Amino acid sequence: MEHGSYQDQSQATFSLTDEDHTLANSLRFTLNQDPRVTFCGYSIPHPSDARVNIRVQTTGDPASEVLKDSCQDLMLICQHVRSTFDQAVVEFKNKNSLDAINIGP
Amino acid sequence: MEEEKTPKISVWNLPDVPKGKLPAHLELQRTRVICTPDAATNTENIRYSGAYASMGVDNSLRLGHFRDNFRVEVVRLTEDDMEFDMIGIDASLANAFRRILLAELPTMAIEKVLIANNTSVIQDEVLAHRLGLIPLKVDPRMFEYMSENDVPNEKNTIVFKLHSCCERGSSRIKVLSNELQWLPRGSELTVSTEKPAVDPTSRPRTYTSFNCSQDSLPEFSNNPIGPKHDDIIIAKLGPGQEIELEAHAVKGMGKTHAKWSPVATSWYRMLPEVVLLQEIEGEIAEELVKKCPVKVFDIEDIGKGRKRATVARPRSCTLCRECIRPDGKEKEKEQRIYWDKYVALRRVKDHFIFTIESTGALPPEMLFTEAVKILEDKCERVITELS
Repeated sequence: MEHGSYQDQSQATFSLTDEDHTLANSLRFTLNQDPRVTFCGYSIPHPSDARVNIRVQTTGDPASEVLKDSCQDLMLICQHVRSTFDQAVVEFKNKNSLDAINIGP
Repeated sequence: MEEEKTPKISVWNLPDVPKGKLPAHLELQRTRVICTPDAATNTENIRYSGAYASMGVDNSLRLGHFRDNFRVEVVRLTEDDMEFDMIGIDASLANAFRRILLAELPTMAIEKVLIANNTSVIQDEVLAHRLGLIPLKVDPRMFEYMSENDVPNEKNTIVFKLHSCCERGSSRIKVLSNELQWLPRGSELTVSTEKPAVDPTSRPRTYTSFNCSQDSLPEFSNNPIGPKHDDIIIAKLGPGQEIELEAHAVKGMGKTHAKWSPVATSWYRMLPEVVLLQEIEGEIAEELVKKCPVKVFDIEDIGKGRKRATVARPRSCTLCRECIRPDGKEKEKEQRIYWDKYVALRRVKDHFIFTIESTGALPPEMLFTEAVKILEDKCERVITELS
């Protein structure tokens, strides 16, 4: 749900349901890194409701576009994390199995 | 009063602040948390893309830069727990992974307990609570969630039976978790109805409706489903007491109840960095080495009988701050040393030492991969909602 104005698309507050600090803090991190963003932050109106308000103000680009781009950046970061992690685990297992073979008779 | 003669340099001849790179003190502020004797300072991450714009340094996220600098190094990997380092990632992402590991990865746990007979001293609800907390060794990805209106079938429920009794005349017995028998064909307790069955040869209705035996599925045919540990004490029975019950396990998330959390716990800490600000020799070096409870410092001989303190194991530092606490009343006032002139304790802001202890449903490396996938799914949901 986006709360903004039709005249000025560059600032809006996005209210996401069923979300909490997990996604909101990560999105805030990627939003902050985007050079088009002048202000971004998130708040949780009440801890019992699972609802997060993310505020984005940009230098002219529509706020929903910037948010979408940040989500995509976050997805790319996650995919890279996953592939690096899998590779590291495979390397560790190979290294350990080699050590086991070397230690054995 | 004499003033020191400082050489006169014209303003125009002062050396330039290097553009494109941060000066050392700002770089320290950006990448390290400084731990003083009272508290940790400088903990906020300076992530705004224009933060150092006046210095000509671009603080924005460059995916290529992230890809080049991000590393994962596995330190320890066993069947149940793992410890690995993530270098080059931000605290918000590390925390997101930790939160997902604790609360949003699904597992199977016992939810409904149908008690036919319980004459033990453990109350029904306490027994049911204990059964719910037993970790089950089953991959939750092969099952679906069950909602209120669903019928329990072989795709969303696992059924266990527990029947234990203590003979009269024998001593007390312990009911262990290996007595939980898996029933691959579903529930055996029949639902009592007022009207007798119309067709006497049909199977009576039970509490679950399994269409096929779970045994026939290829994943379960060779490894039966059961608790991860065989020696968990569920209850203790005295002579003459009996427990007969059936337990149904369903899929859930740690958000609803902690029994569905797949990790015993998972945590991270930032890499500690211990720096000696001055050369520490002789007796002061020995004192410093004795102070540290986890032996971070070591003595090194530099010839001619002189000794010097070095930092040997900074990774094991627990940040107890004993090495920077100023000396107190145990010494005379003139002999007290202010240790924070000698030692600086810092933490590296983007190097996380992650530890994951799994309860047994999935191996820890698979848990982390699933957690990252869940974060990606959340982002995708936001994107689809926006478009």
